[in-house]
Amino acid sequence: MVATWVKRALLEVQGYVLLSAEAARATFTRPFYAREFVEQLDAIGVGSLVVVLLTGLFTGAVLALQSGLTLDQFGARALVGRLVGSTMVKELGPVLTALMLTGRVGSGIAAELGSMGVTEQLNALRALGTDPVRKLVVPRVLAGVTMMPVLTVVSDTVGVLGGGLIAVWELGVSPNAYWQSLLDGLIIEDIWMGLIKPIFLGFVITTIGCYVGLGVRGGTQGVGRATTRAVVAASVAVLAVDYFVTKALVTLIY
Amino acid sequence: MSGETDSSTSREITLDEALGPGSPVAVFDHVALAFDDVTVLRDLSFTLIKGHTKLILGASGSGKSTILKLMLGLLMPDSGVVWINGERVDQLDEQRLLAVRDDIGMVFQEGALFDSLTVRENVGFKLYENRAVPLEDADRRVEEVLGFIGLTEYVDRMPSDLSGGQRRRVSIARAMATKPRLLLYDEPTTGLDPITASTVDDEIIKLRDLEDVSSIVVTHQLRDAFYIATHAAVRDRREVRIVPAETGKVRQAEFIMLRDGLISFEGTAAELRASSDPYLRTFLT
Repeated sequence: MVATWVKRALLEVQGYVLLSAEAARATFTRPFYAREFVEQLDAIGVGSLVVVLLTGLFTGAVLALQSGLTLDQFGARALVGRLVGSTMVKELGPVLTALMLTGRVGSGIAAELGSMGVTEQLNALRALGTDPVRKLVVPRVLAGVTMMPVLTVVSDTVGVLGGGLIAVWELGVSPNAYWQSLLDGLIIEDIWMGLIKPIFLGFVITTIGCYVGLGVRGGTQGVGRATTRAVVAASVAVLAVDYFVTKALVTLIY
Repeated sequence: MSGETDSSTSREITLDEALGPGSPVAVFDHVALAFDDVTVLRDLSFTLIKGHTKLILGASGSGKSTILKLMLGLLMPDSGVVWINGERVDQLDEQRLLAVRDDIGMVFQEGALFDSLTVRENVGFKLYENRAVPLEDADRRVEEVLGFIGLTEYVDRMPSDLSGGQRRRVSIARAMATKPRLLLYDEPTTGLDPITASTVDDEIIKLRDLEDVSSIVVTHQLRDAFYIATHAAVRDRREVRIVPAETGKVRQAEFIMLRDGLISFEGTAAELRASSDPYLRTFLT
């Protein structure tokens, strides 16, 4: 039973890697579906703005609240800005934004492609001479990779603002002290980490959504199962990739 | 394929000359296919002659739709050879299959229309994807084929606004828009009421007789299969009429009955009706 499970898992990984490689190759060869890419930028980027804003705001706020209480023990409440800023930019901004997008975008992609599969629209695309990887996968993956850093920056900005509001209103830290400690705590390497990580996370979310969606079998029940699988797999992958990318960046750029 | 091409529908004139009357456009040679432990096709061999029709009958799960997918290269056989328009489809990679599919139109079960696109965008999909085709030519061809199937006024509607029969007819229009030499129909009338099914049958007959396409129709609707085999489309001044076909025309429609992955019958409508095989008699009654 374990052997069967391992075999199935390895086959899934193989299929995922092959799809990702095919998508990467298709990105740099013609035809390139620019219109679909722009549509996905809108769907993934603009469409996720509200949820990212709310996520960032409340994450920054609760981070300030919690860290303020801890810093109090060391008489260092005024340093809350440093903690909020570096945590949001390096870690919570990219990861929580990615997890929000996993639920919103990853599941949507899996459901959409899965529905197309069970209604034979994918076969119809192939029969009409169109490669589903170029037409459907590449625009989504590229849009995910492009918009994740943008959304992360939005999340970070709103997060530090939210943290600032709590620091000032709840913790009694002066605005100047908050912003100064925030700026003091951020180094350029942190910024690079906060911009590079989302690229990998965006790739993982969209490729997993596409892989699961394209492999749906079993009608509408299969689509439902695929949506759940996509969210679970992408969420775990986000956390795992975050660890490995962080470790690599710490080694390479710090 | 090399040679001259005509206007927007890219039909290769030299291949047309090579595929003269009586030449095969599709050949299955000892094709076998199994999914896991289930054998779908055992040893399938048949030939479709240019301009003729093959009507593939069989019980659900007998492998009828699988044959169409093998022709398009959506599935690969475990053994045997599949030839389509002079190309050996079972050996081609996805890139080269795209060129073969250029000359095949497929009408999927339930239509398989792209639900986020309008009827115009569905029907003209392949034309609009081809950057070599001017937009005006593509629009003109879309209007022409929608006129052929009688759905011109639905051009800007979404598939969800259409009835089941209308979706099938739009699917036929999409398949024929680029004037393919070979049209494949997967259960084109299943689930439709008899009147709507007749309308779809008429479109199939018109395409075969007026647009000179070779057809493979997969169905378990015997009434529609016999209708397609025994009727023809004729132009009467500006009108198109469906009339009983002459004997020679009826002989160009061959029936294939699939059973247990093999062909249990191959012949004309008359031969099928006259068969004393118990399985066929059960199917026919």
